[in-house]
Parts: sequence; structure tokens; C-alpha cells
Amino acid sequence: MSGDVVRPGNYEVKLGTPFATLLQMAGGMRGGRALKACIPGGSSMPVLPGDVMMATDMDYDSIAKAGSMLGSGAVIIMDETRCMVKSLLRLSYFYYEESCGQCTPCREGTGWLWRMVDRIEHGQGRNEDLDALNSVADNIAGRTICALGDAAALPVKSFIKHFRDEFQHHIDHKRCLVPTYV
Amino acid sequence: MLNIEIDGKPVQVTPGSTVMDGANALGIYVPHFCYHKKLSIAANCRMCLVEVEKAPKPLPACATPAAEGMKVWTQSASAVKAQKGVMEFLLINHPLDCPICDQGGECQLQDLAVGYGGSTSRYNEPKRVVFHKDLGPLVSAAEMSRCIQCTRCVRFGQEIAGVMELGMIGRGEHSEIVAFVGKTVDSELSGNSIDVCPVGALTSKPFRYAARTWELSRRKSVSPHDGLGSNLVVQVKGNRVMRVLPLENEAVNECWISDKDRFSYEGLNSDERLTSPMVKQGGEWKAVDWTTALEFVAHGLADVAAKHGPAAIGTLASPHATLEELVLAGRLMRGLGSDNIDFRLRQCDFRGDGHGAGVPWLGMPIADMITRDRVLVIGSFLRKDQPLLAQRLRQAAKKGTQVSSLHSVDDDWLVRLTHKAIVPPSRLPVALAGIVVAAANAAAKPVPPALAGVEPSAVDIAMAASLVSGKTPAILLGNNAVQHAEAAQLLALAQALAQVTGATLGVLTEAANTVGAHLAGALPQQGGMNAQAMLDDARRAYVLLHAEAEFDFANPRAARGALERADLVVVMSPFRHGMSYADVLLPIAPFTETAGSFVNCEGRLQDFNGVVPPLGETRPGWKVLRVLGTMLKLPGFDAESAPDVRRAILPEGVIAAGRLDNGTRLPVVAPMMPAAGIERVADVPIYSADPLVRRAAPLQLTADARPPRARMHRSLFDTLGLAEGGQVKVTQGHGEAILTAVIDAAVPPGVVRIAAAHPSTCGLEGLSGPIKVERA
Repeated sequence: MSGDVVRPGNYEVKLGTPFATLLQMAGGMRGGRALKACIPGGSSMPVLPGDVMMATDMDYDSIAKAGSMLGSGAVIIMDETRCMVKSLLRLSYFYYEESCGQCTPCREGTGWLWRMVDRIEHGQGRNEDLDALNSVADNIAGRTICALGDAAALPVKSFIKHFRDEFQHHIDHKRCLVPTYV
Repeated sequence: MLNIEIDGKPVQVTPGSTVMDGANALGIYVPHFCYHKKLSIAANCRMCLVEVEKAPKPLPACATPAAEGMKVWTQSASAVKAQKGVMEFLLINHPLDCPICDQGGECQLQDLAVGYGGSTSRYNEPKRVVFHKDLGPLVSAAEMSRCIQCTRCVRFGQEIAGVMELGMIGRGEHSEIVAFVGKTVDSELSGNSIDVCPVGALTSKPFRYAARTWELSRRKSVSPHDGLGSNLVVQVKGNRVMRVLPLENEAVNECWISDKDRFSYEGLNSDERLTSPMVKQGGEWKAVDWTTALEFVAHGLADVAAKHGPAAIGTLASPHATLEELVLAGRLMRGLGSDNIDFRLRQCDFRGDGHGAGVPWLGMPIADMITRDRVLVIGSFLRKDQPLLAQRLRQAAKKGTQVSSLHSVDDDWLVRLTHKAIVPPSRLPVALAGIVVAAANAAAKPVPPALAGVEPSAVDIAMAASLVSGKTPAILLGNNAVQHAEAAQLLALAQALAQVTGATLGVLTEAANTVGAHLAGALPQQGGMNAQAMLDDARRAYVLLHAEAEFDFANPRAARGALERADLVVVMSPFRHGMSYADVLLPIAPFTETAGSFVNCEGRLQDFNGVVPPLGETRPGWKVLRVLGTMLKLPGFDAESAPDVRRAILPEGVIAAGRLDNGTRLPVVAPMMPAAGIERVADVPIYSADPLVRRAAPLQLTADARPPRARMHRSLFDTLGLAEGGQVKVTQGHGEAILTAVIDAAVPPGVVRIAAAHPSTCGLEGLSGPIKVERA
């Protein structure tokens, strides 16, 4: 468990443990804030909205049904103060940094994704960027030699899928949505 | 065989084949960049993604092994979507300025972008910029932003050239192709990396921005350099050769050519081209018309023949001359009554003459080299003398062939050697005799009686064991063995070894037309004088055909001396040279300006036509000789075309069975024990070997063209009290040279290596033999 929980750390639980139980084991949300999003299987897995997670058990089938994967089991918790654009920016930069450059889609695509998210985060976003992000991620996923390409693509697709309004807000208003509603 | 189906068409492929192999067999083009049939599979460009039945995602055709019953679609919606996606990625960081790119019009990326690229870009971010690199005088890396990281150039170096001079540094978007820090690309095959580069990242430095591909007409030709006879595409614009590329011929040069083949065309346009006949009158050179020049020559030769007898005339021809020129030169000499003609200008042992069974040749087709499981190479600067034959052996060695070398310098051929023996030149026969004895012992066959006293060394025994254990062994004699002072004995010993081991005996012939010159009869046939005899016993008149006294002879000092003393020297050459000893210069065409033919080391007759009109007053050599023969009223000079000339000696262009034979009837004798003292070993540097390369400016800027130095083992350095980098005076007979001395561990003790065919060493006498070294 990492992120916005009271006691981040390693927890050994039975497969099928409800996510809510796991969250309690980690002491619940830090500062009593609301759970906004969770990446249940490490940074390369699709992000899920908090309410979806709260209704999910921590096993392969349940997580898959919810739309993500258990992956490495590294559960990342994000509370309501987190900007989803900034979070994706951090993830995209990571994959851009880590691409080895051997094959084309990942070498070229990760930089492209990062630069687009970076623009959106910094108020330079364009309306066509969200579709472009989706399609560039599609063009990387499944076309590379190793799984890093997929890993770079999945967060992008899921962040936009579940938090499109936040991205749109960044594009429309050239600033972050989070401070407005927190 | 496996049955697969590609785009609905069934095809059978061998197990281990890839989908790409199957597609190629069907003639289905799958777009690709990093895939190259001669290089290992990288699968990094991802352009060849195709749809495969039951595969959840598209797979790269180049790296997907064919499996029984596999169904593949190369043009399906999912395949094309994947290919277009990859193309978009390749283009986002690639400059989209094809009109100002040197590769424009012949660029794989540009071509495929037409089919798979979008008409507009949706990439709005800054593009990557990659700093240019200096890779030396041949390969330009001025626009590395164009690189698409396919790594073909890296794999070419590692796998074909045998040396990794380019590599990829950095990760991700920051990865870039570089040479080692401060190093250039010096491989003798480096130019091929320009061909394998699918974009405009690596381009030809001499050709850069000289012409557009669509302005060039393409004409077939044959390389006039080493014995391989690489097939060429010569590209021409406005009657000028602009570029030379390989013409694929799997049996000869595959899809490669050496840098010598590729860049020597620069010599065609050199300032030293002779554009008009010239005659020396009263010590002054005058440009004259052809009639005047030819009458001068005809009268001159007739005069000498009348006054001193026809044997006072000699012809020294280069083995880089065409078959037709050599046939007519021989006919001219014999018509005048002289048998003094020779092309073996760098040879110094002619004791094998009259004992040979036929024309020396490779002993096998070139393509067979890779099938040999044991190869012993004797006396060869293989990598520099025959770069692409070395490449063949490199591939053979990788497949398990045991390659061994018996030589006088430990040059790195970039071929994995099983055994090597590096001995001074004078010990070469003893060492070879040792291998013969060891092989006879190992094969339980009688030792030739003359070698009874020879004690094989440990390495002799190892080399012999290697040969004896093979199923298809071969023994190859290199230039250094043919030019050796005991060349005839080396051949006899090699033959004895071949007999004992069941090996094929081959000669790595020196020049493009060495075999052809033999067939043309450009050597004494009725007791005439050989090249050395013509110089030792100076003639009154000489005809020099494409040969240059200072650079093309075993003993350049003797050559110059004899030519300077002669009453008449006729120089037939595309280049202005020999002004000090010549009396008349006749401008004859280089290979690009005449029809002709060469016979390569495997006995393959390859003819070619002129690709550009002769420069100025230059005329094809065979035509000049024909007119000369007619003026002298000699028979046999009525051929109307180059093929006509050829037909006279090779009817139907066929070399009769049995003409090519390396056998010698010379008996093996007990090898001479060498005298004590320092001796010379000389290589003919790759870019000094013939008149054309010597004038190719870009090649002269390479590392291989650095001026010769006196290279010695440390022990000799210490004995003589020399300082590294200091000047030494080397003396051979009456000849001497001042050179820089360097320590070289590749040279055996007691030997000094001094390259030949260079102005600084052309005062020396002989490619081998005793030499005196002292501090200058």
C-alpha cells in the first residue's frame, strides 16, 4: 500500500480480501480525506475510481471485472486532493525515462505521451489531445518487444477513461480542477 | 518443410524460416527497415507487424518463426493499422524535409511513408535533434537526426565487417549511433553501412549533394581492383561517374562491395588524368594528336626492333588491364617478334615457369569458400588484399570452419583463427614444409623424401591436424606467397600438403584480371623474358600498359632504372605519370570508358561496356593497340569490337575445362635455411594497389592510406637502439628510404615491415629480402 494512507507499507493478505479491509489495515485514508482513485497493481496497471475499488475484492478475477489488473500487487492510493493530470504526468514521465529505446513505438511514443500530458498539465492542452493520447497509447500497446510499451499505454488510457472531465477542465480552463472542489 | 499461408497464398518454408522468409518466397512485400537478409534479426523497427491467426496482437514478420498451418495476413486491417502506427512514430522525430535530404528519392523511409504515412502530422511537440558525427572521409554522419535507430549499421559492422565501429549509446529517445570516442570508421567495408542505412543518416561523403538519384543513369560494370571482380552499378550524370554501388551477385560479391570498389571512381576524375597523347621532344612534353603519337610509337618500336632485334622490346602490363588490352598487347609483341611480355610485376620468383599445369586460380567457386570446413591461408594480407574473400572466410569461421594462417605478420583479419604461425618471410618455406611433414605423419602417408630432415614445430603439427581432420579442406596462397622470393617452392609445398590432406589448392589472385592475363597470354610463352628479367637485363624499349614503375613492381628501383636507361618508353595509361622516363604518353581509357572484360579469381569471365565516353582524347586501350598493330602491318589486329578480340582466345566466352589448374610439376626440395639478419616484409596497402585507387582522394584520406612506417618488433628496436617514432634509414642494396620507426607486436623479431607502392618507399629494392636498418 502506498500513497495517501495512514500507514503505507507491505501487507500480506489472503487473495480475495475486500479492498475496504485492506485500506483499513493501512489505517484508512490519511487526514480522513476521500478516496479518489486507486491503481491496484502497480503503476503500469489501469487506474480505477475510488468507489469502484471500494466495491472490489483483491483477487485476480474481481479486479479484472472492475477493469484493472492485480499486476505486481503494489496498490497506489490517491485521495481527493490529487490531480489526475499531474498524477498521469508523473507516470508518463517515468515510462518516458525508462524506455530503453530499442523498438520504435515505445522509444517514440512514450516521449510523445509525456509531452502531451505535460502540455495539458501546464495549461497548453488542446481539445484534440485527449483523442490523440488515446490513439498514441493504442499504437504503442501490443506493438513493442517487451511489456514496457503496454505499461506506458495502460495508465494513459485508464486515466482518461475515468477522469476525462479533469483533463478536459485543464484544457478548457488552463488550470487544475482539484483546488476548486476540495 | 512447413506449410504456411500468407495473404491466402500457401507456401512451403524450411523449418527455422520466418514469416518474412515465406513472404519473400511468395513475392509479398512486407514493409520493413531493420530487417536485412544478410544481417541478424533485430525486430526493433516494428514496421513489419502482421496479423497472425490466433495471435492476440500483431507480430513482426521478420522475427516470427513459421509454424505448420500458420495463417498470416500482411494487409489486413489490423496489420495495416499497426504498420501505419509504427510509421507515424518513426516520422514524429524524423525531419520531414526530404527535398533537402541527400537520401531523398532513394530513401526507404520516404518510400514507405508514401504508403503508410499520414498526409499531415499530428505531432505538435518539439522534435529530437541529434548531433552530427565525424566518421572519417568516406561515411558521412552529418545528419544523425534522421536516424531511425534500426541498428543495421551496427549489425553490419559486427557481423559482416567483423569489427564493431558503430554502436548505440543512450537510452530511449536519447539513444544515438556513435563511433568510439575520437575514432572514425576505418573498416575496408565501411561504405556498405551507407547502403544498409534505410534513411539519410549515413550517406556517402564524397557523393553528398553531388547529384540526385533520379538524375543518374545506372550502368552495370565490374570492379577493376582485387581478384573478386565485384559487380557494380556505376551511376553517371553528364558523362561523369558520380557514384558506384554494388550490383547484387550472390556468387561473387553478394550485396557488398569494398570501399576500394565503391570510392575509387573519384580517381577517374582526378587532375592527373591524361587527356591527350603527349610526346617528349628535346626534353619538352608536347600534346600531340593521335596520329603523330601513334606514328612516333610505331616508328620507335620498329626502329628498336631493326637496330637491336625485336627481343630488345618488352611489355610490362598491369593485371588490372582488361583481357582485350592484354590479348592485343601480347599480339603486338609477338607480331614484332618479341616474347617479352609479363603482367606479374610484383612477382620475383619465376622458377615455377614452365612447370605449371595451368592458370593459377582460386581452385573453387567463390561461393564454395563458406562450405570448406578447414582452410589454411598461406602468406596473405587477406583482409586488405581481398576484403570480401576475407568476409566469406569470416562467415565460414563463424559457422565452425577452422581457419589457420601461416604468414609473416600477425595482422588481424577479423576472422576467428584456429591456429596461426607468424614467421619471418625467409622461414615461410621451412614452416610450410613442417606442416607438410606433420600432415603426412598425421595422415599416415609418406613424407616427401626432400623433406626428410624437417622437424615440424608444435604449431605445424596443430595446423596439419586441423587440415587432416577436415572433410573439405582448402589451402589458399595469398599475394605475399605469390610474391615471395621462394614462391615456386611455396606452391610446390602447398601442392604436396594438398595431396597429403586431400585439400583443394587455391591462389587468392592479386588483381581483377590476374586470371584473365594468364588466359590472354600476357606472359612469356616461347622463352621470352619475364618481368624481372626484363628489368635486370634492361631492354631498349618498353611498353607500359597501366603499370607505373614506382608502385607496381616488386623492385621499383630496378624498374625505374631500366626505364630511365631505355631508348623508348611508351606509357599507356589513363593517368599522366612516368614523365621522367617516358617518351610518349598514350591516354587509354580506365574501366569506365571502355568495353572489356576481367576474369576473376574463380575463373568467371565478366564483360562490361564503357559507362561514360572517354575523357578528352582518351581512347579505349584495345583500340589504340589495334591501330598500332595495323600501323605496324601486323596480323590479327582487325577485331571490330572488344567481344571480337575476346572471341579469339575464349570462343563462346568459355574457359576450357582444365585451363585453370594450380598444379606444378616442380618437385619439392629441402627448404633453404634462412641466413641471419634483418629482412623486409612488404604489404601493398589497400589504397596503393593500383593506379586508380592511388588517385582516389577520399581513399587517400583514410587510416589505411597513412604513409608507410618501418614497423618492427620491440626486440629489434632494442637491439638497434632505436627510439619509438624516431627516423630510421633503411637500406636494401643500393636503395634506401628514411622512415618513422614504430614498435609493432604483429611483426616477428628480425623483420621490418615496410609497405610498398608508396612514394616514400619506392626507392627500395624488393618486397622481401635482407634490409639494413639504422638510426637516421
